[in-house]
Amino acid sequence: MLLVACTLVSVVEVDGLTMRYGDLLAVDRVSFTAEAGQITAVLGPNGAGKTSTIEACEGYRRPTTGTVRVLGLDPAAQQVRLSERMGVMLQEGGVYPSARVLDTVKHYCALYGRGADPAWLVESVGLAERRNATWRRLSGGEKQRLSLALALAARPDVAFLDEPTSGVDINGRDTIRRIVRELADGGCAVVLATHELDEAERVADRVIIFDHGQVIADGTLAELRRGHDEIRFRSDVALDAVGLAASIEHPVRSLGDGEFVVDASPDPRLVAQLTGWLADHGHPLADLRGGAQRLEDVFRRLTASTEAPSDGDT
Amino acid sequence: MSSLGTQVRTEVQLVLRNGEQLLLTLGIPVMLLVFFSVVDVLPTGTDDPIDFLAPGILALAVMSTSMVSLGIGTGFERTYQVLKRLGATPLGRGRLIAAKILSVVLVELIQLAILIPVAFALGWAPTDPNWLLALVAIVLGTIAFAGIGLSLAGRLRGEINLAAQNGIYLVLLLLGGMVIPFDELPAALQAVARLLPSGALADVLRESLTQAGDRPGTSWIVLAAWALVSPLVARRLFRFE
Repeated sequence: MLLVACTLVSVVEVDGLTMRYGDLLAVDRVSFTAEAGQITAVLGPNGAGKTSTIEACEGYRRPTTGTVRVLGLDPAAQQVRLSERMGVMLQEGGVYPSARVLDTVKHYCALYGRGADPAWLVESVGLAERRNATWRRLSGGEKQRLSLALALAARPDVAFLDEPTSGVDINGRDTIRRIVRELADGGCAVVLATHELDEAERVADRVIIFDHGQVIADGTLAELRRGHDEIRFRSDVALDAVGLAASIEHPVRSLGDGEFVVDASPDPRLVAQLTGWLADHGHPLADLRGGAQRLEDVFRRLTASTEAPSDGDT
Repeated sequence: MSSLGTQVRTEVQLVLRNGEQLLLTLGIPVMLLVFFSVVDVLPTGTDDPIDFLAPGILALAVMSTSMVSLGIGTGFERTYQVLKRLGATPLGRGRLIAAKILSVVLVELIQLAILIPVAFALGWAPTDPNWLLALVAIVLGTIAFAGIGLSLAGRLRGEINLAAQNGIYLVLLLLGGMVIPFDELPAALQAVARLLPSGALADVLRESLTQAGDRPGTSWIVLAAWALVSPLVARRLFRFE
């Protein structure tokens, strides 16, 4: 019998990274890796340290302590060499406002010199009809797609994409997801920072959650959800959650706006108890569903915060 | 083409395709040269105003490109994170700066190639001009003005930088001996004007090309001092992000 070993190659290696700005400790002894052929999503609430970490990986910032290696290179000391094989998508901007779409992509293809075809890139991100528009005349979503095309101009082995679908419409999102998946399938290590948990849930092979400058979770979605099943439903805002919890002998949380969560597996007998209690007390029932937690719930549980992660970060 | 060559071509294209930049670098110098040569209203103290104006307008052209055009463009590129993004390409920050310097030189060559023939066409006939010395003055002036422009661009927000560059341009134009002779300024302003890089450049260009400088010795020292100090200030103040 032939045994095939499938090994993941670490392209990004962060070990004990600390970033300090004066008295502010933005990143505190962070360690993680990102592998070739995978999409690694970096999530975190406001000020969690994810942008500082990614900018250290891109070579924009020098670590206070700890080491960062990307494609075996020190990004801060060897940024020019690294950039030959690195795609970067900034959260916003990065393009001359008066420059036209196709001219900009041509410019970046020439800078990288790796044989990417500008016309094909413009076509692939869905901007062929806007090829002669200047950057300042593009919509927010079109600007994001142009920025992605510039990252692809490197034909990268590693790509750092900051909020790639921010402000992009549904069709544009599908296009971006397809391109990012194809990029990873081609062997590129994609590191994607996003505050859109739904986006991470759709595309990420692996999720790293930052909070207060530290990595508090690192794994596949299945790993992060494991052991955290729930039953979720809608009913009266005034429902007596304490009384319900006592009746079904499981914790019940109110998420507000008439939405409730029972922290338990969706066992049929438990569901029957729940619906019976609601019927006995004259409460309506809507949107009943059970199963694994959504990434948003995983995120809230881990960060113990009711605030969704925002794009402003240190 | 190398990444440096690619970037130089883009930088020059951006200047030449931008109407405001063209007005600043070519339109205003050519208009001032032609208008005040034909309409003799300035107290130039020369038989033909073109003899006074031509060196002054060459100095103005150098200032327009190396300070205002470079400074405003770089300021907006910094605000729009163009510098940050380009810094993460194989171009790197070092070649990005080199590309900006080369593009300034190329635009200045285009300016000189247009302004000098226009001045000759308007009757300028410098006697025994020392073009090599004038070139040295232009190089020093370019360094001095670029340092000032980048000092502002590297620290101020885009719109504030734009206002500051335009304001300083106007002051340096009016007090710089480019179109108005130093002698016509009030005594207190004269003292200040002679210490400005615009006044020093116009004066040494006038001395190099027509032997009609006001105080060329002092002006060379002032110009060299600006060329030494302003890049150091820019190096200290400039931020890519």
